[in-house]
Amino acid sequence: MVGEAGRGPAESREKGREKGPTEGRDKGKTDSLTEQRRKWEAETLGRVLGRFPEREERFESLSGLEVGRLYTPEDLEAHDYLRDLGFPGEFPFTRGVQPTMYRGRLWTMRQYAGFGSAAETNRRFKYLLEQGQSGLSVAFDLPTQVGYDSDDPMAEGEVGRVGVAVDSLADMETLFDGIPLDEVSTSMTINAPAAVLLAMYVALAERQGAPLDKLAGTVQNDILKEYVARGAYIFPPEPSMRLVTDLFAYCARELPAWNSISISGYHIREAGATAVQEVAFTLANGVAYVEAAVRAGLDVDVFGPRLSFFLGSHIDFLEEVAKFRAARRLWARLMRDRLGARDPRSWMLRFHTQTAGSSLTAQQPLNNVVRTTLEALAAVLGGTQSLHTNSFDEALALPSEESVMVALRTQQILAYESGVADSVDPLGGSYLIESLTDRIEAEARKYIEEIDRLGGAVAAIEKGFMQREIEESAYRYQRMVEDGRRTVVGVNKFTTRQERTPPLLEVDPEVGRRQREALAEVKRRRDRRAVAARLEALREAARTPGEPLMPLILDAVREYATLGEICGVLREVFGEYEPAGGL
Amino acid sequence: MSVPRPAPAGVKGAPGEAGPTPGGKRAIRVLVAKPGLDGHDRGAKVVARALRDAGMEVIYTGLRQTPARIAEAALDEDVDVVGLSSLSGGHRFLFPRVVEELRKRGLDEVIVIGGGIIPAADTQALKAAGVRAVFGPGSTASEIVEFIRAAVAGRDRDVVEPGDQGKGREEGT
Repeated sequence: MVGEAGRGPAESREKGREKGPTEGRDKGKTDSLTEQRRKWEAETLGRVLGRFPEREERFESLSGLEVGRLYTPEDLEAHDYLRDLGFPGEFPFTRGVQPTMYRGRLWTMRQYAGFGSAAETNRRFKYLLEQGQSGLSVAFDLPTQVGYDSDDPMAEGEVGRVGVAVDSLADMETLFDGIPLDEVSTSMTINAPAAVLLAMYVALAERQGAPLDKLAGTVQNDILKEYVARGAYIFPPEPSMRLVTDLFAYCARELPAWNSISISGYHIREAGATAVQEVAFTLANGVAYVEAAVRAGLDVDVFGPRLSFFLGSHIDFLEEVAKFRAARRLWARLMRDRLGARDPRSWMLRFHTQTAGSSLTAQQPLNNVVRTTLEALAAVLGGTQSLHTNSFDEALALPSEESVMVALRTQQILAYESGVADSVDPLGGSYLIESLTDRIEAEARKYIEEIDRLGGAVAAIEKGFMQREIEESAYRYQRMVEDGRRTVVGVNKFTTRQERTPPLLEVDPEVGRRQREALAEVKRRRDRRAVAARLEALREAARTPGEPLMPLILDAVREYATLGEICGVLREVFGEYEPAGGL
Repeated sequence: MSVPRPAPAGVKGAPGEAGPTPGGKRAIRVLVAKPGLDGHDRGAKVVARALRDAGMEVIYTGLRQTPARIAEAALDEDVDVVGLSSLSGGHRFLFPRVVEELRKRGLDEVIVIGGGIIPAADTQALKAAGVRAVFGPGSTASEIVEFIRAAVAGRDRDVVEPGDQGKGREEGT
């Protein structure tokens, strides 16, 4: 993966040249450039290096890719503009998925939010919309994410902690009270029980009278990365994949403007993966979903345009810009050339970005504003469709209203003041960015081939391959921080003694009790027989392979069957996932 | 990765029973555990590996462990230390429960430490509940190793407090 110490990019390229391409029309030009470059190295550079050695013998990106001293047209010799870059809005979409990008419409500013009760989160949503946020993003608490009601013993101590608790349609009604669902776009970070939460959202839209074809948003619905990196799984892979593709089929029929999945690299990256691993594992998972859906009888061009992605943006600015571009090009190539999609919309990698939570420090927390700004800028220059910027206090607690405001303002400054949104793919054509884009695509392809040899993403995950690769990278990074090879300002360098903790958000400790009481009230008021009948119908369908589940889940939530009850039925039929051993 | 589980013969018995003797000293045994529903295990895994590299025997529980199950594992594995990790805000409830469950099983001498996204304001309450040290974001694995060594040595000498080691980050500094 990494080159020899001290070698520059042009030298690396020369080495690869024996097998290399390039008998192009510019060959003469490049040869003279090569000559000139050698001359520069021997004379100008050589003179300086003798007296002033460089800071490092070998410069490395955050992901361990070697970073060269200087990039020139020589590094792009194998490049073909039309083949590798093309025009925005056209294959392979390296320069962006829309022809005008942010000149037409800015990215969606979407802050992930949710804590405590549905009523509190509803107030935070309205606050964010008033501040100019353009889309909602719901954070659910952990019991909701793993299919337990707030009164389940497994939920003790966790209700409303990292997100909002949603037990039944009643909570969904409160969560979106006063927010017309046909006028906002809503992203829901929900995976194992995605079908249940989407059903509640649809049932609420019906009650509001919002037409279903106007519902815009995303359910994360990406179970594979839960096994790999995030841990919020419920069922084993096979029935989980059935739920995922069942949701694809439902959305293709009923919710034409809804993204039926957000294939996520963010959590893979946060768990310690490198940029290359993030791209490779995310797209390998994407391939697995497409193949599963095709096996289930769906046409790739029916659901393909509704697949969306979610990537992280870390602190190594140039590497991240290149990563987004590489991911976009690689997905387009995989979808067209490997998976046979013919609709150009199926080739587009449309993605949400979140800045890297793991880059934030608890020490000198205001410095995090700067980190987040750089990461957000990389996402914008990488062509993101929507963006969450982290708040500066998130290494300490859930963000306060003040810190969330600064995070949103960061995006607004980038969008309205900096000028970076006024031209399409402004870093395209940079020798370094283009070489790095090529490099990341090539390295990610190698990983995907390795995953194919293991039998595809599902098999690779079951064998623990992705997990081990990520753990290895995480440990390597930690050691670099500890021995000072990697600087984290305020943590292992430029530390200060006295630190002031900013005022932190306190989640109301009573939220669990109140949520349990509200749930008991819902259970008292609903039609118990109807609930039992709907759950029974769902159980029957779940037992029958290939039977659509989404319509039955919808029937159940309309009667106020709870999340825990529905997931309970599915747990009985499908069983629960047991990861293969610890460390 | 395989869990290093040394043969039970010769290592079972009350922790610290024989006392440390040069040469015949058994390796420090640590249970790294994820209580509650939190799925963030990068930190837990990195720490587990670093402790192992420092010569300790480490057992990692995996995700979604109840306090009772963690205490059971601590008993079965005869550990000196239980390291808890939580990034979901569940620490206030879950860490003290683990201490209680350990005590219920007579494991009063097991040293409990914790880490994760834990505001400084919660550290005192956790300590009062029996958590010996809290390692927040930015803590290094070497700090944790040093703390554990000192704490285990202190316990084996029948000293209640192991001193100030490992205190670096725990006040949120």
